[in-house]
Amino acid sequence: MKKRLLILEDGTVFTGTAFGSERASQGEVVFTTGMTGYQETISDPSFYGQIVTLTYPLIGNYGINRDDFESITPAIRGFVVRELAKIPSNFRCDLTVDEYLTSKDIPGIEGIDTRKLTRIIRNKGSVKAILTAADEEVNVEEIVAKLQTTPAITHHVREVTPKAAYPSPGRGKRVVLIDYGMKHGILRELNKRDCDVLVVPYNTPAEEILAWHPDGIMLSNGPGNPEDVEEGIETVRNLIGKVPMFGICLGHQIFSLASGAKSFKLPFGHRGGNHPVKDLRTGRTDLTSQNHGYAVDIDSLKDTDLELTHIALNDGTCEGVRHKKYPIFTVQYHPEASPGPEDSNHLFDEFIEMMEVEAGKGKQHA
Amino acid sequence: MPKRTDIETILVIGSGPIVIGQAAEFDYAGTQACLSLKEEGYRVILINSNPATIMTDTEIADKVYIEPITLEFVSRILRKERPDAILPTLGGQTGLNMAIELDESGILNELNIEILGTKLDAIHKAEDRDLFRNLMYELGAPVPESDIIHNMTEAKALVARIGYPVIVRPAFTLGGTGGGICYNDQDLEEIVTSGLKYSPVTQCLLEKSIAGYKEIEYEVMRDAADNAIVVCNMENVDPVGIHTGDSIVVAPTQTLSDRENQMLRNISLDIIRALKIEGGCNVQLALDPYSFNYYVIEVNPRVSRSSALASKATGYPIAKLAAKIAVGLTLDEIKNPVTGSTYACFEPALDYIVAKIPRWPFDKFESAKRNLGTQMKATGEVMALGRTFEEAMLKAVRSLETGQVHLELKHAEDNSDSWIEKRIRKAGDERLFFIGEALRRGVTIEQIHEWSAIDLFFLNKFKNIVDMEQILADHKNDKEVLRTAKRLGFADKKVAELWDTNEATIYAYRKENGIIPVYKMVDTCAAEFESETPYFYGTYEEENESIKSDKPSVIVLGSGPIRIGQGVEFDYATVHSVWAIQEAGYEAIIINSNPETVSTDFSISDKLYFEPLTIEDVMHIIDLEQPIGVVVQFGGQTAINLADKLEENGVKILGTTLQDIDRAENRDKFEQALHEIGIPQPLGKTATSAEEALVIGKEIGFPVLVRPSYVLGGRAMEIVYNEEELQHYMENAVEASPDHPVLVDRYLTGNEIEVDAICDGENVLIPGIMEHIERAGVHSGDSISVYPPQKLTQAQKDTLVDYTTRLAKGLGIVGLMNIQYVISQGEVFVIEVNPRSSRTVPFLSKITNIPMANIATKAILGKSIVEQGYPTGLAAEQKGVFVKVPVFSFAKLRRVDITLGPEMKSTGEVMGKDATLEKALYKGLVAAGMEIRTEGTVLFTVSDKDKDEAIALAKRFSTVGYRIVATEGTALSFEAAGVRTDVVGKIGAKGQTLLDLIQNGEAQLVVNTLTKGKQPARDGFRIRRESVENGVPCLTSLDTAEAMLRVIESMTFTAEQMPKAEVVH
Repeated sequence: MKKRLLILEDGTVFTGTAFGSERASQGEVVFTTGMTGYQETISDPSFYGQIVTLTYPLIGNYGINRDDFESITPAIRGFVVRELAKIPSNFRCDLTVDEYLTSKDIPGIEGIDTRKLTRIIRNKGSVKAILTAADEEVNVEEIVAKLQTTPAITHHVREVTPKAAYPSPGRGKRVVLIDYGMKHGILRELNKRDCDVLVVPYNTPAEEILAWHPDGIMLSNGPGNPEDVEEGIETVRNLIGKVPMFGICLGHQIFSLASGAKSFKLPFGHRGGNHPVKDLRTGRTDLTSQNHGYAVDIDSLKDTDLELTHIALNDGTCEGVRHKKYPIFTVQYHPEASPGPEDSNHLFDEFIEMMEVEAGKGKQHA
Repeated sequence: MPKRTDIETILVIGSGPIVIGQAAEFDYAGTQACLSLKEEGYRVILINSNPATIMTDTEIADKVYIEPITLEFVSRILRKERPDAILPTLGGQTGLNMAIELDESGILNELNIEILGTKLDAIHKAEDRDLFRNLMYELGAPVPESDIIHNMTEAKALVARIGYPVIVRPAFTLGGTGGGICYNDQDLEEIVTSGLKYSPVTQCLLEKSIAGYKEIEYEVMRDAADNAIVVCNMENVDPVGIHTGDSIVVAPTQTLSDRENQMLRNISLDIIRALKIEGGCNVQLALDPYSFNYYVIEVNPRVSRSSALASKATGYPIAKLAAKIAVGLTLDEIKNPVTGSTYACFEPALDYIVAKIPRWPFDKFESAKRNLGTQMKATGEVMALGRTFEEAMLKAVRSLETGQVHLELKHAEDNSDSWIEKRIRKAGDERLFFIGEALRRGVTIEQIHEWSAIDLFFLNKFKNIVDMEQILADHKNDKEVLRTAKRLGFADKKVAELWDTNEATIYAYRKENGIIPVYKMVDTCAAEFESETPYFYGTYEEENESIKSDKPSVIVLGSGPIRIGQGVEFDYATVHSVWAIQEAGYEAIIINSNPETVSTDFSISDKLYFEPLTIEDVMHIIDLEQPIGVVVQFGGQTAINLADKLEENGVKILGTTLQDIDRAENRDKFEQALHEIGIPQPLGKTATSAEEALVIGKEIGFPVLVRPSYVLGGRAMEIVYNEEELQHYMENAVEASPDHPVLVDRYLTGNEIEVDAICDGENVLIPGIMEHIERAGVHSGDSISVYPPQKLTQAQKDTLVDYTTRLAKGLGIVGLMNIQYVISQGEVFVIEVNPRSSRTVPFLSKITNIPMANIATKAILGKSIVEQGYPTGLAAEQKGVFVKVPVFSFAKLRRVDITLGPEMKSTGEVMGKDATLEKALYKGLVAAGMEIRTEGTVLFTVSDKDKDEAIALAKRFSTVGYRIVATEGTALSFEAAGVRTDVVGKIGAKGQTLLDLIQNGEAQLVVNTLTKGKQPARDGFRIRRESVENGVPCLTSLDTAEAMLRVIESMTFTAEQMPKAEVVH
């Protein structure tokens, strides 16, 4: 068993056991509180550039299966757990987490006090860290100094958006899905509703999108700061009012920015499967799956055409908006779940209905 | 939604006495609920017959009725108090059944009383199997192929269709009473017959067995605005087939992927929404290990044992919030009491693993069937938290206090391989330990999986534990290996064994090398939000979160799992001690391992450590907290047994000193002390071998009372009548040795008296004297206890006060003490002194209004009784008569002999109070579940030595109009004495036998006494079991029979007055 270090920019050093890739890796370390769903988490592109730690201590118990990936290539920079199961047990299990991460060249560390790490992140907010082998030459001070001076990575979306458009055909509503780092779950939900989906890169111009005559546009989740995604914001701005739209996570933020709102970085983000979100219109609270480090500033909505529809019950931050004039709604959380609760899955049905209503209107005009 | 303002007064129904399947968890739930409703400004009225609970303290509700939970008495309270609503969902199955009965009687309609929480139709939908299956069908939730049957013919027809194995689940019973799994026709015949008998609606569900599936539970909550959440999910280590109360359970689920988890979560939420439950609900599911197929097994539309476990496992107080939801508040407006900053509408995230292991009574009931199935048998449970599975499991194992600290059997080498296989194939209470032994013998986890269907994930974890034993053995004094072993939860005791040293050496070695646990907070949110919950568990990690405060602190040791002999009474005293410590200005810290209790509610103490009560785990906390001392006298024998090791470690025991504890508990020292004080005790001596015991027996004369020293609940205590029996006892029941001496006492027949007292070192306060209905020889916990005494002369009372005072002072008691006396031929003898809190403390505290545990704690902390404003000596007697009646769980435990004797067998108790002894007894007996009829048939089968006494009783039964039936011998002597008696055949005789009489329900009461000593004559045993299995009260003490007779006589007397009244009409 090889020793490995997780060194934080504040100088904290965790010594644990290495698994996965042997290389060193650097990134922002974040925690997620979901007790199941590590496979989806590992493969969620929204974690691009991040070293992910899970607060639940026993990870890998049911292994890795062929079905539950949320992307083809995992985008995480590292994986931190208290204990990794050596012998998983589940009828769908194909690989261990270690085997999978090794094959994807992602380093991991186990055996550390992940609750201590979580508390550091909670108290300090964004924390940069490095995963490195625990050999004699390690100069912690040097590494810490380097971490402190390394600028945070930006423009994450460019790294995870597809290089070119591709279709996922169906016979139902034509949906253009702008992929900022999409989880497969979104595509799965649209396909389940027989949508004829065209997945396009984040910087596809609005005209090109409209040329496909979509019934609706889906704005996907994705990693990083929405302000970085300038071309994406521009595209969405030019689509508002032309086609029904539904946005999730980064898609929600990009739409909000395109509508004139502002975003900000949360102290330590919302990551996990137990976040209550209140629907201000129905008064009902859904438990939601979340993974975001930025949020839309509620105060900044007042000079826009946006109406606040959802708030996070715990910290009161913006979890969803709706356009006052056009058929557009977006949410900060993940109705596609995977992983996490499926309470708000009905939003996809609402999107389909919205497209149907619009199509109906079109006929009337014609 | 704001809380309701159209209701002011709410009646909460408690769960009654502790029985198997319904234990202390409802004291916890009920207490939380009452306090929660009061907090919202409602007037709360409580009915509960159980005096041993915190719930029935007068501070918990605005008005407390300790009355029988029967239609008669609850109706009377409803009429008197006119509440606007009743809340029945926190009183277990008893509460729900009572709500149904009240509704059916029409009184709720008549008085316009609303049922809060779960509506009646939801209760019916969840509990009536037909309605339940229809609902599941509507929701598209699969249920195992099954049908309701009402008789044997229907049962056979169904089995012909779906095949064996089938599970029998009787409708409306608790803990699955009367149910079981049938593999063949004979099983079917037996189990269906018993199931139909136990179901109050003569209805059983027969269902295709899905044994081997994963058993998963979801604890869900919903409010009136339809917000619904999952508080916790749990996975049973034992697959489907064993009652969840008897299963080893872990939280959260371990082997489910997110997809499986969400699938089961969705259906659980669909179910609670469909039932429109406003409060908590438990959903049990079975999941195929090889596919996404699943079945809904059961839904409990109320707070349950599992919800108490879920509350302690997550920190999320389900009962407290269920009560708030019941009055209209919604989850999104109630603050999460743990974080104080977030809302209750969220799902707790755990960053530790929780293990629960049931505590079974088989150590006391050695003859009981130890197989586990659909009928629950455990009396209590322990919970442990850890950061690894192995740690949580091993901590839970040592929390059980069964002598094991590890995954091993006591005499492992005595078991053959085939026996081990058998005990793993067929689940029993020790399966976990048999698995440990099998692994040690090299059996593969795959093989064990084939035998047990336990998931390989769990088996692999057990294997890690066994593998570490070898690693430790191969690496003596290797501190890195030791650290790894500690992270896997190994006890120092086990390490010491492997390293050929002792526990203290390992402890010291670890301290030197910095291998000590840290304490992590249980905060419901995996550290995502800042919390200030003072709820901690120990684990071997880096960061410690439990910070010692500047305030001087006192640690109180709890009493561990509920078992026969150490019940909820000790938790009651523990909680009161904690409160008193706080009142005295100290920080009160509690250590306990029982998830069911009030004491492990983190809002009770300043700090709660959920840890095993072993010297190692307790010392770690003491090292950290540096308390001014430790209080051991409220946690029953569990805490007392730790006293000497604590003192060895330099810890101050507050109150009665260790030497004085020992003086009361060590037989020789006690005898000497009594001699010095000048108080008589029955002749007796200590034996360290069988030979010695026989010599003593001959010397003092038979019958003698024999028992091991240092035990609680009279474990292994017996009355033996001759040398042969004594020999048998010494060879089979105990292992006598110089370290474990056996006490041999002259058995004195007479009136048994129990006294609890408080001493501050100078003065003694005796709140009251209690008298037992049953003569000496029946364990005090199994006797009906009466306050104030009815048969004592003033002179005897004076003697008792004098002796008690002298004993308290002479033994150096500071705090509580409990003394048992026997009055034989007018003379008072001391039988036993317990230098600690006792079972009768809550009963006596409640009836005398003297908060004994509180006063005792303050006395321990240095405030005298007088300074506290209490009188000394015997307190003034209260008006009225109060009785404490034991409650048994024999129906749940096959093959257990119900005969009362020196070994305690009851699981709980109720209180009856009224103006006269007869009225109080009536209430007590009714509350204990006995039906008292003014007419009927009483069956006598008594031993020769009891015949004369029995004749007197039979006469009186006959006079009030009872038909007397007896077997030939007894009948002859009755007839000879002029009592008309019908003769019935003995077991095996031709024609109608007494078993037929019992089975056919022709006898309403059975009086049966043992023919001789303990050796149960097979017939007598069968008669008693047959009575239990048919729900016929069977009295094995003539004193109990006499008490019941007195009640009947008093009732008959009033009945005779009725015709006059009719004439006036």
